[in-house]
Amino acid sequence: MTELICIVCPKGCHLKVDEEKDFAVTGNGCPRGAEYGKKELTNPTRVITSTVRVEGGAIRRASVKTSSDIPKGKIFEAMRLLDNVTLQAPVHMGDIVVHDILGLGVDFVATKNVPPRT
Amino acid sequence: MNGCYDVIVIGGGPAGLAAALEARRTGAARVLILERNNELGGILNQCIHNGFGLHYFKEELTGPEYAGRFIAELEGSGIDVLLGAMVLDFNDGKTLHVMSRSHGYQELHAKAVVLCMGCRERTRGAIAIPGDRPAGVFTAGAAQLYMNIEGYMVGKRVVILGSGDIGLIMARRMTLEGAKVLACVELMPYSNGLNRNIVQCLNDYNIPLYLSHTIVDIRGDKRVEQVVVAEVGPDRNPIPGTEMVFDCDTVLLSVGLIPENELSRKAGVQIDRRTNGPVVYENMETSLPGVFACGNVVHVHDLVDFVTAESQRAGRAAALYAQNGEPQGPCVEVRNGRAVNYTVPQHIRTGNVEKFVEIFFRVNNVYRNRVIRISSGGKVLASFKREHMAPGEMEKVAFPKALFPQIADGEITVSVEEEEAQ
Repeated sequence: MTELICIVCPKGCHLKVDEEKDFAVTGNGCPRGAEYGKKELTNPTRVITSTVRVEGGAIRRASVKTSSDIPKGKIFEAMRLLDNVTLQAPVHMGDIVVHDILGLGVDFVATKNVPPRT
Repeated sequence: MNGCYDVIVIGGGPAGLAAALEARRTGAARVLILERNNELGGILNQCIHNGFGLHYFKEELTGPEYAGRFIAELEGSGIDVLLGAMVLDFNDGKTLHVMSRSHGYQELHAKAVVLCMGCRERTRGAIAIPGDRPAGVFTAGAAQLYMNIEGYMVGKRVVILGSGDIGLIMARRMTLEGAKVLACVELMPYSNGLNRNIVQCLNDYNIPLYLSHTIVDIRGDKRVEQVVVAEVGPDRNPIPGTEMVFDCDTVLLSVGLIPENELSRKAGVQIDRRTNGPVVYENMETSLPGVFACGNVVHVHDLVDFVTAESQRAGRAAALYAQNGEPQGPCVEVRNGRAVNYTVPQHIRTGNVEKFVEIFFRVNNVYRNRVIRISSGGKVLASFKREHMAPGEMEKVAFPKALFPQIADGEITVSVEEEEAQ
Protein backbone atom coordinates (compact mmCIF):
# COMPACT_ATOMS: atom_id res chain seq x y z
CA MET A 1 0.00 0.00 0.00
CA THR A 2 1.44 3.35 -1.05
CA GLU A 3 0.04 6.76 -0.11
CA LEU A 4 0.16 9.48 -2.77
CA ILE A 5 -1.12 12.99 -3.22
CA CYS A 6 -2.94 13.26 -6.53
CA ILE A 7 -1.55 15.97 -8.83
CA VAL A 8 -4.21 15.77 -11.52
CA CYS A 9 -6.04 18.85 -10.26
CA PRO A 10 -5.50 21.50 -7.56
CA LYS A 11 -7.74 19.62 -5.10
CA GLY A 12 -4.86 17.26 -4.18
CA CYS A 13 -6.75 14.13 -3.07
CA HIS A 14 -4.90 11.77 -0.70
CA LEU A 15 -4.75 8.46 -2.59
CA LYS A 16 -4.00 4.97 -1.34
CA VAL A 17 -2.72 2.55 -3.98
CA ASP A 18 -2.71 -1.19 -3.27
CA GLU A 19 0.08 -2.88 -5.26
CA GLU A 20 -1.19 -6.31 -4.23
CA LYS A 21 -4.61 -5.74 -5.81
CA ASP A 22 -3.50 -4.63 -9.28
CA PHE A 23 -2.87 -1.05 -8.10
CA ALA A 24 -6.43 -0.48 -6.88
CA VAL A 25 -6.82 3.18 -5.88
CA THR A 26 -8.93 4.50 -3.01
CA GLY A 27 -9.39 8.07 -1.76
CA ASN A 28 -9.71 9.47 -5.27
CA GLY A 29 -12.41 12.07 -5.97
CA CYS A 30 -12.65 11.28 -9.68
CA PRO A 31 -11.71 8.60 -12.24
CA ARG A 32 -8.63 10.58 -13.29
CA GLY A 33 -7.25 10.10 -9.77
CA ALA A 34 -7.50 6.31 -10.09
CA GLU A 35 -5.68 6.47 -13.40
CA TYR A 36 -2.99 8.74 -11.91
CA GLY A 37 -2.48 6.48 -8.86
CA LYS A 38 -1.82 3.41 -10.98
CA LYS A 39 0.36 5.25 -13.48
CA GLU A 40 2.42 6.97 -10.78
CA LEU A 41 3.52 3.59 -9.42
CA THR A 42 3.97 1.82 -12.76
CA ASN A 43 5.10 4.49 -15.26
CA PRO A 44 5.12 8.00 -13.73
CA THR A 45 4.85 10.78 -16.31
CA ARG A 46 4.73 14.58 -16.36
CA VAL A 47 3.91 17.37 -18.79
CA ILE A 48 7.01 19.58 -19.10
CA THR A 49 6.86 23.33 -19.77
CA SER A 50 9.71 25.65 -20.64
CA THR A 51 10.63 28.48 -23.00
CA VAL A 52 12.68 28.85 -26.20
CA ARG A 53 14.50 31.75 -27.84
CA VAL A 54 12.60 33.86 -30.38
CA GLU A 55 14.21 36.18 -32.92
CA GLY A 56 12.42 39.21 -34.35
CA GLY A 57 9.52 38.93 -31.92
CA ALA A 58 7.79 41.41 -29.64
CA ILE A 59 9.27 39.40 -26.75
CA ARG A 60 12.43 37.29 -26.56
CA ARG A 61 11.02 33.95 -25.39
CA ALA A 62 8.10 31.79 -26.42
CA SER A 63 6.64 29.38 -23.89
CA VAL A 64 6.35 25.72 -24.85
CA LYS A 65 4.95 22.46 -23.42
CA THR A 66 5.04 18.78 -24.24
CA SER A 67 1.92 17.92 -26.21
CA SER A 68 1.36 15.01 -23.83
CA ASP A 69 2.94 13.68 -20.62
CA ILE A 70 6.38 12.04 -20.90
CA PRO A 71 8.15 9.56 -18.56
CA LYS A 72 9.65 11.26 -15.49
CA GLY A 73 13.04 9.72 -16.21
CA LYS A 74 13.24 11.49 -19.60
CA ILE A 75 12.56 15.02 -18.31
CA PHE A 76 16.12 16.37 -18.28
CA GLU A 77 17.00 14.73 -21.58
CA ALA A 78 13.92 16.32 -23.14
CA MET A 79 14.79 19.73 -21.67
CA ARG A 80 18.23 19.62 -23.35
CA LEU A 81 16.53 19.41 -26.77
CA LEU A 82 15.28 22.97 -26.26
CA ASP A 83 18.72 24.48 -25.63
CA ASN A 84 19.55 25.01 -29.29
CA VAL A 85 16.10 25.92 -30.58
CA THR A 86 15.60 29.42 -31.99
CA LEU A 87 12.23 30.33 -33.45
CA GLN A 88 11.55 33.17 -35.87
CA ALA A 89 8.58 35.44 -35.11
CA PRO A 90 5.69 35.23 -35.65
CA VAL A 91 5.13 32.22 -33.40
CA HIS A 92 1.62 30.77 -33.13
CA MET A 93 0.13 28.85 -30.24
CA GLY A 94 0.24 25.16 -31.17
CA ASP A 95 3.25 25.46 -33.54
CA ILE A 96 5.46 22.36 -33.26
CA VAL A 97 8.80 23.44 -31.79
CA VAL A 98 10.51 20.03 -31.46
CA HIS A 99 9.02 17.07 -33.33
CA ASP A 100 8.82 13.61 -31.70
CA ILE A 101 10.84 14.15 -28.51
CA LEU A 102 13.28 11.22 -27.96
CA GLY A 103 11.11 9.00 -30.11
CA LEU A 104 8.25 9.20 -27.62
CA GLY A 105 5.71 10.38 -30.18
CA VAL A 106 5.27 13.60 -28.21
CA ASP A 107 6.12 17.09 -29.51
CA PHE A 108 7.13 20.32 -27.84
CA VAL A 109 4.50 22.87 -28.95
CA ALA A 110 4.33 26.64 -28.51
CA THR A 111 1.80 27.81 -25.91
CA LYS A 112 1.92 31.48 -26.84
CA ASN A 113 1.52 33.78 -29.82
CA VAL A 114 4.57 35.96 -30.33
CA PRO A 115 3.90 38.66 -32.96
CA PRO A 116 6.81 40.22 -34.88
CA ARG A 117 8.53 43.19 -33.27
CA THR A 118 7.04 46.45 -34.56
CA MET B 1 -10.96 56.87 -29.41
CA ASN B 2 -13.90 58.86 -28.07
CA GLY B 3 -13.63 59.51 -24.32
CA CYS B 4 -17.05 58.21 -23.13
CA TYR B 5 -17.64 54.55 -22.25
CA ASP B 6 -20.29 52.46 -20.56
CA VAL B 7 -17.67 50.36 -18.78
CA ILE B 8 -13.93 50.99 -18.39
CA VAL B 9 -11.87 48.09 -17.04
CA ILE B 10 -8.55 48.97 -15.40
CA GLY B 11 -6.12 46.09 -15.99
CA GLY B 12 -5.96 43.51 -18.80
CA GLY B 13 -5.02 40.39 -16.83
CA PRO B 14 -7.36 37.45 -16.25
CA ALA B 15 -9.75 39.56 -14.14
CA GLY B 16 -9.94 42.43 -16.62
CA LEU B 17 -10.38 40.15 -19.64
CA ALA B 18 -13.26 38.22 -18.06
CA ALA B 19 -14.94 41.37 -16.69
CA ALA B 20 -14.78 43.20 -20.04
CA LEU B 21 -16.11 40.24 -22.03
CA GLU B 22 -18.97 39.67 -19.61
CA ALA B 23 -19.86 43.39 -19.54
CA ARG B 24 -20.06 43.32 -23.33
CA ARG B 25 -22.18 40.13 -23.30
CA THR B 26 -24.53 41.75 -20.78
CA GLY B 27 -25.17 44.56 -23.24
CA ALA B 28 -22.66 47.33 -22.48
CA ALA B 29 -22.24 49.01 -25.87
CA ARG B 30 -18.88 50.66 -25.28
CA VAL B 31 -16.28 48.81 -23.21
CA LEU B 32 -12.58 49.72 -22.86
CA ILE B 33 -9.68 47.80 -21.27
CA LEU B 34 -6.75 49.91 -20.07
CA GLU B 35 -3.56 47.84 -19.70
CA ARG B 36 -0.22 49.08 -18.37
CA ASN B 37 1.86 46.40 -20.13
CA ASN B 38 2.39 46.09 -23.89
CA GLU B 39 0.29 42.93 -24.08
CA LEU B 40 -2.85 41.57 -22.48
CA GLY B 41 -2.85 38.55 -20.17
CA GLY B 42 -1.20 39.96 -17.05
CA ILE B 43 0.70 37.55 -14.82
CA LEU B 44 -0.52 34.54 -16.86
CA ASN B 45 2.05 35.41 -19.52
CA GLN B 46 4.91 34.45 -17.22
CA CYS B 47 3.09 31.47 -15.64
CA ILE B 48 4.20 29.06 -18.37
CA HIS B 49 3.45 25.94 -16.28
CA ASN B 50 0.27 23.95 -16.79
CA GLY B 51 -2.68 23.34 -14.48
CA PHE B 52 -4.86 26.35 -15.33
CA GLY B 53 -8.45 26.04 -16.49
CA LEU B 54 -9.46 22.69 -14.99
CA HIS B 55 -12.60 24.25 -13.51
CA TYR B 56 -13.48 26.76 -16.20
CA PHE B 57 -12.43 25.02 -19.41
CA LYS B 58 -12.40 21.44 -17.99
CA GLU B 59 -8.92 20.94 -19.41
CA GLU B 60 -5.38 21.61 -18.33
CA LEU B 61 -3.82 24.71 -19.91
CA THR B 62 -0.66 26.73 -19.40
CA GLY B 63 -0.98 30.36 -18.27
CA PRO B 64 -0.39 31.86 -21.74
CA GLU B 65 -2.94 29.43 -23.23
CA TYR B 66 -5.55 30.34 -20.59
CA ALA B 67 -5.07 34.05 -21.31
CA GLY B 68 -4.98 33.31 -25.03
CA ARG B 69 -8.51 31.89 -24.97
CA PHE B 70 -9.88 35.18 -23.61
CA ILE B 71 -7.70 37.35 -25.84
CA ALA B 72 -9.00 35.42 -28.87
CA GLU B 73 -12.57 36.09 -27.70
CA LEU B 74 -11.82 39.83 -27.59
CA GLU B 75 -11.22 39.92 -31.35
CA GLY B 76 -14.42 40.97 -33.01
CA SER B 77 -16.15 41.56 -29.67
CA GLY B 78 -16.14 45.33 -30.20
CA ILE B 79 -14.22 45.90 -26.97
CA ASP B 80 -11.57 48.64 -27.20
CA VAL B 81 -8.11 47.95 -25.76
CA LEU B 82 -5.47 50.55 -24.92
CA LEU B 83 -2.04 49.06 -24.18
CA GLY B 84 0.90 50.84 -22.54
CA ALA B 85 -1.67 52.88 -20.64
CA MET B 86 -1.38 53.91 -17.00
CA VAL B 87 -4.37 55.20 -15.05
CA LEU B 88 -2.99 57.98 -12.90
CA ASP B 89 -6.14 58.81 -11.03
CA PHE B 90 -9.90 58.51 -11.13
CA ASN B 91 -12.69 60.07 -9.11
CA ASP B 92 -16.16 59.06 -8.02
CA GLY B 93 -17.61 60.94 -10.99
CA LYS B 94 -15.76 58.18 -12.91
CA THR B 95 -13.45 60.44 -14.88
CA LEU B 96 -10.17 58.61 -15.47
CA HIS B 97 -6.89 60.41 -15.99
CA VAL B 98 -4.88 58.17 -18.29
CA MET B 99 -1.35 58.38 -19.70
CA SER B 100 -0.39 56.21 -22.68
CA ARG B 101 2.36 55.95 -25.27
CA SER B 102 -0.10 56.19 -28.14
CA HIS B 103 -2.41 58.98 -26.94
CA GLY B 104 -0.42 60.90 -24.32
CA TYR B 105 -2.58 62.31 -21.52
CA GLN B 106 -6.33 61.78 -21.78
CA GLU B 107 -9.43 62.16 -19.66
CA LEU B 108 -11.82 59.26 -20.20
CA HIS B 109 -15.35 59.01 -18.82
CA ALA B 110 -17.24 55.88 -17.82
CA LYS B 111 -20.67 55.08 -16.43
CA ALA B 112 -19.10 52.17 -14.56
CA VAL B 113 -15.49 51.29 -13.71
CA VAL B 114 -14.09 47.82 -12.92
CA LEU B 115 -10.86 47.68 -10.91
CA CYS B 116 -8.70 44.71 -12.03
CA MET B 117 -5.21 45.77 -11.01
CA GLY B 118 -4.26 42.43 -9.43
CA CYS B 119 -1.66 42.18 -6.70
CA ARG B 120 2.07 42.52 -6.10
CA GLU B 121 4.62 40.55 -4.15
CA ARG B 122 5.83 41.19 -0.64
CA THR B 123 9.52 42.00 -0.71
CA ARG B 124 12.53 41.49 1.54
CA GLY B 125 11.80 44.89 3.09
CA ALA B 126 8.27 43.81 4.03
CA ILE B 127 9.51 40.87 6.09
CA ALA B 128 12.73 42.49 7.37
CA ILE B 129 15.30 39.69 6.78
CA PRO B 130 18.52 40.67 8.56
CA GLY B 131 21.94 40.55 6.94
CA ASP B 132 23.89 42.02 4.05
CA ARG B 133 22.14 43.51 1.06
CA PRO B 134 23.93 41.93 -1.92
CA ALA B 135 22.56 41.24 -5.40
CA GLY B 136 20.82 37.90 -5.85
CA VAL B 137 17.73 38.38 -3.67
CA PHE B 138 14.62 38.29 -5.85
CA THR B 139 10.92 37.92 -5.33
CA ALA B 140 9.90 34.65 -6.98
CA GLY B 141 7.65 36.45 -9.45
CA ALA B 142 10.43 38.83 -10.51
CA ALA B 143 12.72 35.85 -11.10
CA GLN B 144 9.91 34.23 -13.10
CA LEU B 145 9.62 37.33 -15.28
CA TYR B 146 13.40 37.43 -15.89
CA MET B 147 13.46 33.73 -16.82
CA ASN B 148 10.25 33.17 -18.74
CA ILE B 149 9.77 36.50 -20.51
CA GLU B 150 13.24 38.06 -20.72
CA GLY B 151 15.21 34.80 -20.95
CA TYR B 152 17.77 35.40 -18.20
CA MET B 153 18.88 32.71 -15.75
CA VAL B 154 18.87 34.40 -12.33
CA GLY B 155 21.13 32.03 -10.34
CA LYS B 156 22.85 28.66 -9.99
CA ARG B 157 22.47 27.69 -6.33
CA VAL B 158 19.18 28.74 -4.85
CA VAL B 159 17.41 28.89 -1.50
CA ILE B 160 13.71 29.70 -1.57
CA LEU B 161 12.01 31.38 1.38
CA GLY B 162 8.28 30.75 1.59
CA SER B 163 6.34 27.83 0.17
CA GLY B 164 3.64 29.75 -1.68
CA ASP B 165 2.78 28.41 -5.13
CA ILE B 166 5.03 30.83 -7.02
CA GLY B 167 8.03 29.76 -4.93
CA LEU B 168 7.29 26.07 -5.54
CA ILE B 169 6.79 26.60 -9.26
CA MET B 170 10.09 28.51 -9.45
CA ALA B 171 11.90 25.72 -7.55
CA ARG B 172 11.01 23.35 -10.38
CA ARG B 173 11.59 25.89 -13.12
CA MET B 174 15.11 26.72 -11.93
CA THR B 175 15.92 23.01 -11.47
CA LEU B 176 14.81 22.22 -15.04
CA GLU B 177 17.06 25.01 -16.32
CA GLY B 178 20.07 23.55 -14.51
CA ALA B 179 20.14 25.36 -11.17
CA LYS B 180 20.52 23.51 -7.87
CA VAL B 181 17.69 24.38 -5.49
CA LEU B 182 19.08 23.59 -2.06
CA ALA B 183 16.02 24.16 0.09
CA CYS B 184 12.57 25.59 0.35
CA VAL B 185 12.16 27.19 3.78
CA GLU B 186 8.73 27.86 5.33
CA LEU B 187 8.11 29.79 8.54
CA MET B 188 4.75 28.15 9.24
CA PRO B 189 4.34 24.47 10.23
CA TYR B 190 2.39 23.95 6.98
CA SER B 191 2.80 25.05 3.38
CA ASN B 192 0.53 27.66 1.87
CA GLY B 193 1.05 26.14 -1.55
CA LEU B 194 -1.18 23.58 -3.22
CA ASN B 195 -0.40 19.96 -2.33
CA ARG B 196 0.05 19.06 -5.97
CA ASN B 197 2.79 21.68 -6.25
CA ILE B 198 4.66 20.25 -3.24
CA VAL B 199 4.56 16.87 -4.99
CA GLN B 200 5.41 17.83 -8.55
CA CYS B 201 7.74 20.78 -7.87
CA LEU B 202 9.66 19.72 -4.74
CA ASN B 203 9.29 15.95 -4.24
CA ASP B 204 9.81 15.14 -7.94
CA TYR B 205 13.23 16.81 -7.79
CA ASN B 206 14.19 15.84 -4.21
CA ILE B 207 14.15 19.45 -3.00
CA PRO B 208 13.84 19.49 0.80
CA LEU B 209 11.03 21.53 2.39
CA TYR B 210 11.92 22.85 5.84
CA LEU B 211 8.68 23.66 7.68
CA SER B 212 8.87 25.88 10.81
CA HIS B 213 12.17 27.33 9.58
CA THR B 214 13.22 30.78 8.38
CA ILE B 215 16.21 32.69 7.02
CA VAL B 216 17.98 34.50 9.86
CA ASP B 217 20.92 35.91 7.89
CA ILE B 218 21.94 36.65 4.30
CA ARG B 219 25.68 36.96 3.75
CA GLY B 220 27.56 38.30 0.74
CA ASP B 221 29.56 41.23 -0.51
CA LYS B 222 28.47 41.91 -4.10
CA ARG B 223 26.42 38.76 -4.65
CA VAL B 224 24.69 36.44 -2.17
CA GLU B 225 27.25 33.92 -0.85
CA GLN B 226 25.50 32.23 2.06
CA VAL B 227 22.20 32.16 3.87
CA VAL B 228 21.65 30.98 7.41
CA VAL B 229 18.45 29.07 8.12
CA ALA B 230 17.16 28.33 11.61
CA GLU B 231 14.23 26.44 13.06
CA VAL B 232 11.48 28.53 14.69
CA GLY B 233 9.46 27.74 17.79
CA PRO B 234 5.68 27.93 18.17
CA ASP B 235 6.08 31.70 18.67
CA ARG B 236 7.78 31.79 15.21
CA ASN B 237 11.01 33.11 16.73
CA PRO B 238 14.28 31.42 15.68
CA ILE B 239 15.62 28.78 18.09
CA PRO B 240 19.32 29.46 18.87
CA GLY B 241 21.60 26.53 18.06
CA THR B 242 19.48 25.22 15.15
CA GLU B 243 21.26 27.27 12.46
CA MET B 244 22.21 25.66 9.11
CA VAL B 245 24.40 27.43 6.56
CA PHE B 246 23.72 27.08 2.82
CA ASP B 247 26.29 28.15 0.23
CA CYS B 248 24.20 29.75 -2.49
CA ASP B 249 24.15 32.69 -4.90
CA THR B 250 20.42 33.35 -5.03
CA VAL B 251 17.51 33.77 -2.63
CA LEU B 252 13.95 33.72 -3.96
CA LEU B 253 11.15 35.13 -1.81
CA SER B 254 7.66 33.70 -2.03
CA VAL B 255 6.28 35.36 1.05
CA GLY B 256 2.85 36.59 0.15
CA LEU B 257 0.92 38.84 -2.19
CA ILE B 258 -0.73 42.18 -1.51
CA PRO B 259 -3.69 43.50 -3.53
CA GLU B 260 -2.54 46.53 -5.55
CA ASN B 261 -4.90 49.29 -4.40
CA GLU B 262 -2.94 52.51 -4.64
CA LEU B 263 -5.37 53.79 -7.24
CA SER B 264 -8.45 52.59 -5.32
CA ARG B 265 -7.29 54.27 -2.11
CA LYS B 266 -6.59 57.54 -3.90
CA ALA B 267 -10.13 57.48 -5.34
CA GLY B 268 -11.61 56.98 -1.86
CA VAL B 269 -12.65 53.34 -2.21
CA GLN B 270 -13.12 51.80 1.25
CA ILE B 271 -10.44 49.14 1.87
CA ASP B 272 -10.86 46.10 4.14
CA ARG B 273 -7.85 45.84 6.47
CA ARG B 274 -8.14 42.06 6.47
CA THR B 275 -7.95 41.53 2.70
CA ASN B 276 -6.11 44.75 1.80
CA GLY B 277 -8.68 44.95 -0.98
CA PRO B 278 -11.87 46.96 -1.49
CA VAL B 279 -14.90 46.16 0.67
CA VAL B 280 -17.43 44.76 -1.81
CA TYR B 281 -21.13 43.97 -2.13
CA GLU B 282 -22.56 40.71 -3.51
CA ASN B 283 -22.12 42.00 -7.09
CA MET B 284 -18.47 43.05 -6.51
CA GLU B 285 -19.41 46.75 -6.28
CA THR B 286 -17.13 48.77 -3.99
CA SER B 287 -18.11 51.54 -1.56
CA LEU B 288 -18.15 53.96 -4.54
CA PRO B 289 -21.38 53.51 -6.56
CA GLY B 290 -20.63 52.23 -10.05
CA VAL B 291 -17.05 51.25 -9.19
CA PHE B 292 -16.57 47.47 -9.14
CA ALA B 293 -13.54 45.32 -8.32
CA CYS B 294 -12.60 41.69 -8.97
CA GLY B 295 -9.73 39.23 -8.93
CA ASN B 296 -6.57 39.61 -6.88
CA VAL B 297 -7.14 43.32 -6.32
CA VAL B 298 -10.01 42.29 -3.98
CA HIS B 299 -8.46 39.22 -2.34
CA VAL B 300 -5.65 36.95 -3.41
CA HIS B 301 -6.99 33.82 -5.13
CA ASP B 302 -5.40 30.36 -5.42
CA LEU B 303 -6.81 29.55 -8.84
CA VAL B 304 -7.32 31.74 -11.88
CA ASP B 305 -10.53 29.86 -12.64
CA PHE B 306 -12.08 31.47 -9.57
CA VAL B 307 -10.79 34.89 -10.64
CA THR B 308 -12.59 34.40 -13.94
CA ALA B 309 -15.88 33.49 -12.24
CA GLU B 310 -15.69 36.44 -9.84
CA SER B 311 -14.77 38.84 -12.64
CA GLN B 312 -17.67 37.73 -14.77
CA ARG B 313 -19.99 38.68 -11.89
CA ALA B 314 -18.29 42.08 -11.65
CA GLY B 315 -18.45 42.66 -15.40
CA ARG B 316 -22.13 41.74 -15.56
CA ALA B 317 -22.91 44.02 -12.61
CA ALA B 318 -20.95 46.90 -14.16
CA ALA B 319 -22.93 46.61 -17.40
CA LEU B 320 -26.22 46.51 -15.47
CA TYR B 321 -25.18 49.57 -13.46
CA ALA B 322 -24.41 51.44 -16.69
CA GLN B 323 -27.92 50.61 -17.90
CA ASN B 324 -30.04 50.81 -14.71
CA GLY B 325 -28.02 52.57 -12.00
CA GLU B 326 -27.54 51.48 -8.41
CA PRO B 327 -29.47 48.47 -7.01
CA GLN B 328 -31.51 49.50 -3.97
CA GLY B 329 -32.85 47.62 -0.95
CA PRO B 330 -31.82 46.31 2.48
CA CYS B 331 -28.24 45.30 3.16
CA VAL B 332 -26.85 42.50 5.35
CA GLU B 333 -23.37 42.68 6.90
CA VAL B 334 -21.19 39.54 6.83
CA ARG B 335 -19.21 39.15 10.09
CA ASN B 336 -16.15 36.95 10.62
CA GLY B 337 -16.70 34.34 13.32
CA ARG B 338 -14.35 31.79 14.84
CA ALA B 339 -11.37 30.75 12.66
CA VAL B 340 -12.43 32.95 9.74
CA ASN B 341 -9.85 35.50 8.58
CA TYR B 342 -12.00 37.44 6.13
CA THR B 343 -15.01 37.14 3.87
CA VAL B 344 -15.80 38.37 0.36
CA PRO B 345 -18.33 39.90 -0.07
CA GLN B 346 -18.51 41.90 3.14
CA HIS B 347 -22.04 43.25 2.41
CA ILE B 348 -25.01 41.55 0.75
CA ARG B 349 -27.91 43.55 -0.74
CA THR B 350 -30.54 40.84 -0.34
CA GLY B 351 -32.80 42.15 -3.12
CA ASN B 352 -29.93 41.86 -5.60
CA VAL B 353 -29.44 38.10 -5.07
CA GLU B 354 -31.13 35.66 -7.45
CA LYS B 355 -30.98 32.18 -5.89
CA PHE B 356 -27.97 32.18 -3.58
CA VAL B 357 -24.96 34.27 -2.71
CA GLU B 358 -21.47 32.75 -2.76
CA ILE B 359 -19.35 33.72 0.24
CA PHE B 360 -15.57 33.26 -0.09
CA PHE B 361 -13.21 33.18 2.88
CA ARG B 362 -9.99 31.83 4.33
CA VAL B 363 -9.49 30.03 7.63
CA ASN B 364 -6.71 30.92 10.10
CA ASN B 365 -5.19 27.44 10.55
CA VAL B 366 -5.25 23.86 9.28
CA TYR B 367 -8.46 22.05 10.33
CA ARG B 368 -9.88 18.54 9.86
CA ASN B 369 -13.54 17.48 9.97
CA ARG B 370 -15.12 20.82 10.79
CA VAL B 371 -18.41 22.51 9.97
CA ILE B 372 -18.75 25.93 8.39
CA ARG B 373 -21.74 27.69 9.97
CA ILE B 374 -23.71 30.69 8.85
CA SER B 375 -25.61 32.03 11.84
CA SER B 376 -27.69 35.07 12.68
CA GLY B 377 -29.27 36.26 15.94
CA GLY B 378 -27.84 33.24 17.81
CA LYS B 379 -29.45 30.77 15.39
CA VAL B 380 -27.63 28.54 12.87
CA LEU B 381 -29.08 29.14 9.39
CA ALA B 382 -26.84 26.86 7.33
CA SER B 383 -24.01 24.33 7.88
CA PHE B 384 -21.47 22.96 5.46
CA LYS B 385 -19.19 19.99 6.29
CA ARG B 386 -15.52 20.06 5.37
CA GLU B 387 -13.02 17.22 5.79
CA HIS B 388 -9.99 19.44 5.35
CA MET B 389 -9.41 23.19 5.46
CA ALA B 390 -6.19 25.20 5.29
CA PRO B 391 -5.27 28.89 5.03
CA GLY B 392 -3.79 28.19 1.59
CA GLU B 393 -7.12 26.97 0.22
CA MET B 394 -9.89 29.49 -0.30
CA GLU B 395 -13.25 28.23 0.96
CA LYS B 396 -16.59 28.91 -0.70
CA VAL B 397 -20.13 28.38 0.54
CA ALA B 398 -23.40 29.09 -1.28
CA PHE B 399 -25.93 30.74 1.06
CA PRO B 400 -29.46 30.28 -0.37
CA LYS B 401 -31.81 33.23 -0.75
CA ALA B 402 -34.62 31.12 0.75
CA LEU B 403 -32.91 31.56 4.14
CA PHE B 404 -32.69 35.37 3.96
CA PRO B 405 -36.02 35.94 5.82
CA GLN B 406 -34.44 34.28 8.89
CA ILE B 407 -31.62 36.85 9.09
CA ALA B 408 -31.87 38.87 12.33
CA ASP B 409 -30.47 42.36 13.03
CA GLY B 410 -29.18 42.77 9.48
CA GLU B 411 -26.11 40.60 9.93
CA ILE B 412 -24.85 37.05 9.49
CA THR B 413 -21.70 35.44 10.92
CA VAL B 414 -19.53 32.88 9.13
CA SER B 415 -17.62 30.62 11.52
CA VAL B 416 -15.84 27.26 11.64
CA GLU B 417 -16.93 24.94 14.46
CA GLU B 418 -16.22 21.45 15.81
CA GLU B 419 -18.62 18.94 14.28
CA GLU B 420 -20.39 17.88 17.47
CA ALA B 421 -20.81 21.38 18.98
CA GLN B 422 -24.17 22.98 18.26
